[in-house]
Amino acid sequence: MEIVLVGLNHRTAPVEVRERVSFTTEQARRAAEELRARGILEETLVLSTCNRSEVYGVPPEASHESAVGLSSFLSEFHSVRPDLLSGSLYHHYDREAVRHLFRVSAGLDSMLLGEAEILGQVREAYRFAHEHGATGPVLNRLFQGALEVGKRVRTETELGTRPMSVASAGVKLAERIFGKLNERSALVLGAGTISEQVVEQLRSRGIAHLFVMNRSRERAEKLAQQFGGKIVGWGEWETALKGPDVVVASLSAEEPVLRREMLVRAMAARGNRALLLMDLGLPRNIEAAAAELYNVYVYNVDDLADIVQQNRQARESEIPRAEAIVEEHLAKFLSWQASVELVGLVEELRSRLRSERGAFLSSRLETMNHLSAADIRRIETLMDDLLKKLLLEPAERLRGERELRRKIQNVEALRDLFLRDREKL
Amino acid sequence: MAQTPGTVLLNEMTNVFLILTTLAYLLSLGFYVHYLYSGREFAGRFGTLLLALGVVAHYFALLERSRGSHTVPYHDLYGSMSLFGWLLALTYLGLELYHRQRSVGAFVLPFILVFFLAAHLAPADRLAPPPARGPAFAFHVTLSILAYAAFALSFVVSMIFLAEARHLRNRKLGTVVWRLPSLELLDRMSRSSVLIGLISITIGTILGFVWVDRLTGQYSFYDPKYVITLFVLLLYAVYSWLARSAAWRGARASKLCIFNFVIVVLSFTVVNLYLSHSHRYF
Repeated sequence: MEIVLVGLNHRTAPVEVRERVSFTTEQARRAAEELRARGILEETLVLSTCNRSEVYGVPPEASHESAVGLSSFLSEFHSVRPDLLSGSLYHHYDREAVRHLFRVSAGLDSMLLGEAEILGQVREAYRFAHEHGATGPVLNRLFQGALEVGKRVRTETELGTRPMSVASAGVKLAERIFGKLNERSALVLGAGTISEQVVEQLRSRGIAHLFVMNRSRERAEKLAQQFGGKIVGWGEWETALKGPDVVVASLSAEEPVLRREMLVRAMAARGNRALLLMDLGLPRNIEAAAAELYNVYVYNVDDLADIVQQNRQARESEIPRAEAIVEEHLAKFLSWQASVELVGLVEELRSRLRSERGAFLSSRLETMNHLSAADIRRIETLMDDLLKKLLLEPAERLRGERELRRKIQNVEALRDLFLRDREKL
Repeated sequence: MAQTPGTVLLNEMTNVFLILTTLAYLLSLGFYVHYLYSGREFAGRFGTLLLALGVVAHYFALLERSRGSHTVPYHDLYGSMSLFGWLLALTYLGLELYHRQRSVGAFVLPFILVFFLAAHLAPADRLAPPPARGPAFAFHVTLSILAYAAFALSFVVSMIFLAEARHLRNRKLGTVVWRLPSLELLDRMSRSSVLIGLISITIGTILGFVWVDRLTGQYSFYDPKYVITLFVLLLYAVYSWLARSAAWRGARASKLCIFNFVIVVLSFTVVNLYLSHSHRYF
């Protein structure tokens, strides 16, 4: 066993626990340092996001003790009672730890299946740990593998392509109609949680202009400041609807505020340029008949939720493909790990046999006085040749043949067989 | 005397290029369709690559054939259809590279394939060669066919526009709709290919008149082909103007573009076959 993982995530721990165990970058650095200083781990990497806190490491001695030590370190580091953590923490070793990390960076373990941020967070955590010298050959290889998995899953599968929230569905629809949004403008009517998310997404997609209209001037000013937009006076529909390509409406009103006739006039004024209306109000802000108008696209909350639902199914159907990529890289990593271990084992074996050879020959040749010095040297060379043939060639093959490495799954057993008896001798 | 197309078909080189072209186009179609459904980037790239290979092989197929028959490839129905397919492929490739958009390929490739294959199924034709040939004539024909290819492309793009707009309006978005170009881009693609068509048909028609003038020293305005060509030119000019104007922007412009192409097809078929005496195959 070489890799250990202890952590908790949104599935195993409620937010009250997660927030107590999360790491700032400074804390992550300190924790990594302490773990290595105390000899609990040789290589460490702390991955902490709002949904998970995980410590990956390579312990000096391969044993399940390392996870226990790591758990108690976590509760001590964050001053959380161990019993509070024990139910939430998961421990994984080697194969399972590697698979876990690969699934995390693929977005398979995320709250929002296939979300993109996690890959960036894994990259950042790795970069940070690498810069501070907390990682070593094993974790370097492991995290490079994880980044590769994340990248492949995102380019080769549909796991992350379709919008998964109402807000992102609205913005993607805008892109269906208008293409790139960096020359487009949007009007925000009223305010609400979803409409704020929509505006956030529109801004992240580079929308050129934002206009804000609200019944209360005060509120409008606040929103304009928050979104970085311009204020349009309440009721100035003629001017308000002339410019923007997207209207995000979430006003609280008994009756539809945007009526068909208003939009007919607006469309004439805007020269029939396409208009996307996102009606996030409840009751609805836009008269249903407006959807019939030429070049007007109306979506309400239910329409957007429908799209999200369709996309969720599409994403879920991609899970097997993403899992296959994870498994492929898992096998690759394990094979690499085995090769490193095997090569180490062979080296050890060779140096041991070499020293045995010396002791063996000197004890046996003592009685053979008739041998000249040249004969002794020849016998030594012959034995070296034999050892070389028996050991060096398999070692060379191990380096070259991946299939062979795959077959030798348990290096530990080989070590026990050839080297463990040394202590008894 | 030139060989007949029948003996030309037996030409081994021609056959090799024929098979190569068909294979490349078929595989390219397969990859484009795969790309449309799976969204995998490599499938799109393979689609483009194979289309480019197809265009090259198609070029040599045309070249071999015109060498074999000692005439320009567009002298008969075979040639003009095959050339049309080739120019359609070339125009699409240009448009794809210009707009960096691959998802239209799956819809254009069937047309290219149909024209390429139909050209080989067309009956051998033994029309007397045109009275004189030269660069003016060659450019006249090539540019006219290029114009028709560009119009065909704008037709396909407009059809996609209408389908996508309908899906968006009905709020039913399947896998394919998410992969299609945005409406805005489709609109631009359609306009840019109509522009290519307009420029080519204008120059092509002028060259046609120049050629007739050199040949006979007089213009004949009795050919219905002239009328319908000018009509087509006018229709597309109107489209170009309306597609940016207020009332027609969007789906209406696309419908007009589709209507225009119907006229082009009429010009290609009814007028050529029954009415015109100097334009039989293009």
